[in-house]
Amino acid sequence: MTDSSLPGALVADAEHDVMDVLGADVAVPQPNRFSDGVKIVLRFVAVFALAMLVWELVKFIGGTPWRYTTAEGALFDFTWFPPFEFKIANDLNMPHLWDIFGALIQPAQRNGPPLVNVLAQAAVVTMAAALVGFIIGTAVGLLLGTIFAHSPLLERSLVPYVVASQTIPILAIAPMVVVWLKAGWWSVALLAAYLCFFPVTINTLRGLRSPDPRALELMKSYAATTWATLWKVRYPSALPYIFTALKIAATTSVVGAIIGELPSGIREGLGGAILNFNQYYAIVPQKLWATIIFTAIVGILFFISITLVERVMTRNMRKLES
Amino acid sequence: MSVVSISSVNKVFGKAPNQTIALQDINLAIEPGEFISLIGPSGCGKSTLLRIIGDLISPSNGVVLVNGKPAPQARENREYGIVFQAPVLFDWRTVEKNVQLPLEIMGQTPSERAARANEMLELVELTGFQKHYPYQLSGGMQQRVSIARALSFNPPLLLMDEPFGALDEITRERLNAELLAIWARTQTTIVFVTHSIPEAVFLSTRVVVMSARPGRITEIIPIDLPQPRDMATRELPRFYALVTQVREALRGGESAKG
Ligand SMILES: Nc1ncnc2c1ncn2[C@@H]1O[C@H](COP(=O)(O)OP(=O)(O)OP(=O)(O)O)[C@@H](O)[C@H]1O
Ligand SMILES: [Mg+2]
Repeated sequence: MTDSSLPGALVADAEHDVMDVLGADVAVPQPNRFSDGVKIVLRFVAVFALAMLVWELVKFIGGTPWRYTTAEGALFDFTWFPPFEFKIANDLNMPHLWDIFGALIQPAQRNGPPLVNVLAQAAVVTMAAALVGFIIGTAVGLLLGTIFAHSPLLERSLVPYVVASQTIPILAIAPMVVVWLKAGWWSVALLAAYLCFFPVTINTLRGLRSPDPRALELMKSYAATTWATLWKVRYPSALPYIFTALKIAATTSVVGAIIGELPSGIREGLGGAILNFNQYYAIVPQKLWATIIFTAIVGILFFISITLVERVMTRNMRKLES
Repeated sequence: MSVVSISSVNKVFGKAPNQTIALQDINLAIEPGEFISLIGPSGCGKSTLLRIIGDLISPSNGVVLVNGKPAPQARENREYGIVFQAPVLFDWRTVEKNVQLPLEIMGQTPSERAARANEMLELVELTGFQKHYPYQLSGGMQQRVSIARALSFNPPLLLMDEPFGALDEITRERLNAELLAIWARTQTTIVFVTHSIPEAVFLSTRVVVMSARPGRITEIIPIDLPQPRDMATRELPRFYALVTQVREALRGGESAKG
C-alpha cells in the first residue's frame, strides 16, 4: 500500500510510547497543549482589561465630575467635567475602578485587615462549599442520567420531577435543607448541589444516547454487557455533552453556595460579605463591587478548571470537529 | 451442516395501515466457506436480511439457524463479525485499540490482544499504523481497520453491508482483491451486500438476486469462475457472461414487479 505518504504518518511515535507507558488508553498530548491553557487565561485577561477600559470610558463621557490632586492647593490639581450626565454612570452606580481597587487595600473595618484579605478568606469558604456541592451535584447528575438512559420507564416517570425541581426557587428549598441538616456548611454545599445536578442529568442522558446506532449494534454483536457498552462506548461518546453541563454546573454551584449561605447563617463566605456590603451600598458602593469582582473570579476559576480538564480528556475527539 | 440456514423468513415493519413487508418467504442455505453476495434494488431488504442473520433484529416469523443454533445463541457465542458501509471506528481509540475492542470485551489479556491486533493489521496491510487515530487515515484505510476489527476474534461468519460502497473504484477493486485473500486465508464464510454487479460476480461463489416490494429472492446464480481470482479474472469472457446474467436477473425481478 502507498498510503503511508499521508500526513498522519508524520505524527511522532515517541509520544505514543510515553502514553503507553503511562497506561493511557486515550490521547496523545500535542506539543502546544500547555500554551493552549495559557491562551485561555491570556484571552480572559485581555477581555477583562477591555471591559475595564469601557467602564472608565463610559464614566469619562457621562459620569460624575471628578477632581484629582495630591494635596489641597498643590501644583497638580485636575478636575474633569464629563460632557454628559448618565445616571447609570454616576459614582454611586459605577464607582471608579481606582475606588474599587483602592477599597480592596483599605481595611474592611476600622483597624481590621484589608478588604482583599477578608474577601479572599470569604472566597475560600464559598469555594469549598461550592466545590463540594459541585461534586455531589455532578455525581447525582451522572447517576440519574445513566439510570434514565437505560430505563425509558424511569426516564418518562421521573424526568418531569427533575425539571420541576428546577422551577422551585432555591429560596423555597433552603429552609427545608437548613432544618434538615442544621444550618451550616453542609446545607450550603447541598444547596449548591441542588442547582448543579440538573444540567448534568439532562446532558448525561443526551450524551449516553448520542452514539452511532451502528456502534451499539457492533457492541451487541460482540455480546458485550450493558456495563461494557456503557464504559467503552456510551461514556466516551457522552464526554463532550457532559463537559458542557459541567461548565454550567461549575458556575451555578458558586451561585448556589452564595445564596445558600444566607439562610444557612454562614457569614464568613462571599454571601455574607454581599449581604453585609449591600447595607452600605449607598455610602460605599465600591466594597460591594469589590465583592462582585471576587465572586466573578471564583466562578471563572471554576469554569477555567473544567475547560482545562475537558481539553485534556477530549483531545482526540476535538480533531474530528475541526 | 450449513453455516446459515434461513427458512420461511418474513419481516414486516410497522403496524397495520403503514406496514412495510421488507422480506417475504426467504429461504437460503449457506455452506461453510462460501462467499455469498446479496444484490438487488434499493429497499429490497438486503440490509434487513443481513441484520436478521446477525440477530440485530428478529424476523417476524421463520427460523434462522447459524451453525445449527438459533441466531441469538450464535450472537452470544460471538460467531459474527460485522462490517458496515461506514467504518464506525471509535475516534478516541487508536487504530490498534479499535481492533482490540472486541477482544477487550471478550476478556483477553493485553498482550494477547496486542499480538492479535498486530496480526490483523498485517492482514489488512496496515502495519505501522497501530498508533494512529482514525481521523489520520483515509476512508479506505479506515474501512480496512473495521475489517480487521471484525476478524479479530475469528468469527466463523462475516456479515458485510456494502463495505466498499463509499469508496472510489480503484480503492474498491484493490480492497476486493484483499478481501478475497483474507477469505482464502481465514476460511471465513462471508455474506456480502453490494449494489455493484461486477463486484458481486468477482467476489462470490453464489450471487443472491433479490427484488423489492415485497423483498424476496428471485434467483440464485452460482459463480463458477476459477479460484483464486485476480485482475485477470475480470477480463475473462465468462466474467462478462456472468455479469450479464446477474444484470438480466435483476431486470427480471424489476419487470416481474412492474
Ligand atoms: N427499522 C425500520 N423500520 C421501518 N421500516 C424499515 C426499517 N428498516 C428497514 N425498513 C424498510 O424495509 C425495507 C428494506 O430496507 P433495507 O434497509 O433492508 O433495504 P436495502 O435493500 O438494504 O436497501 P439499500 O440498498 O438502499 O441499502 C425498506 O422499505 C425500508 O423502508
Ligand atoms: Mg442497505
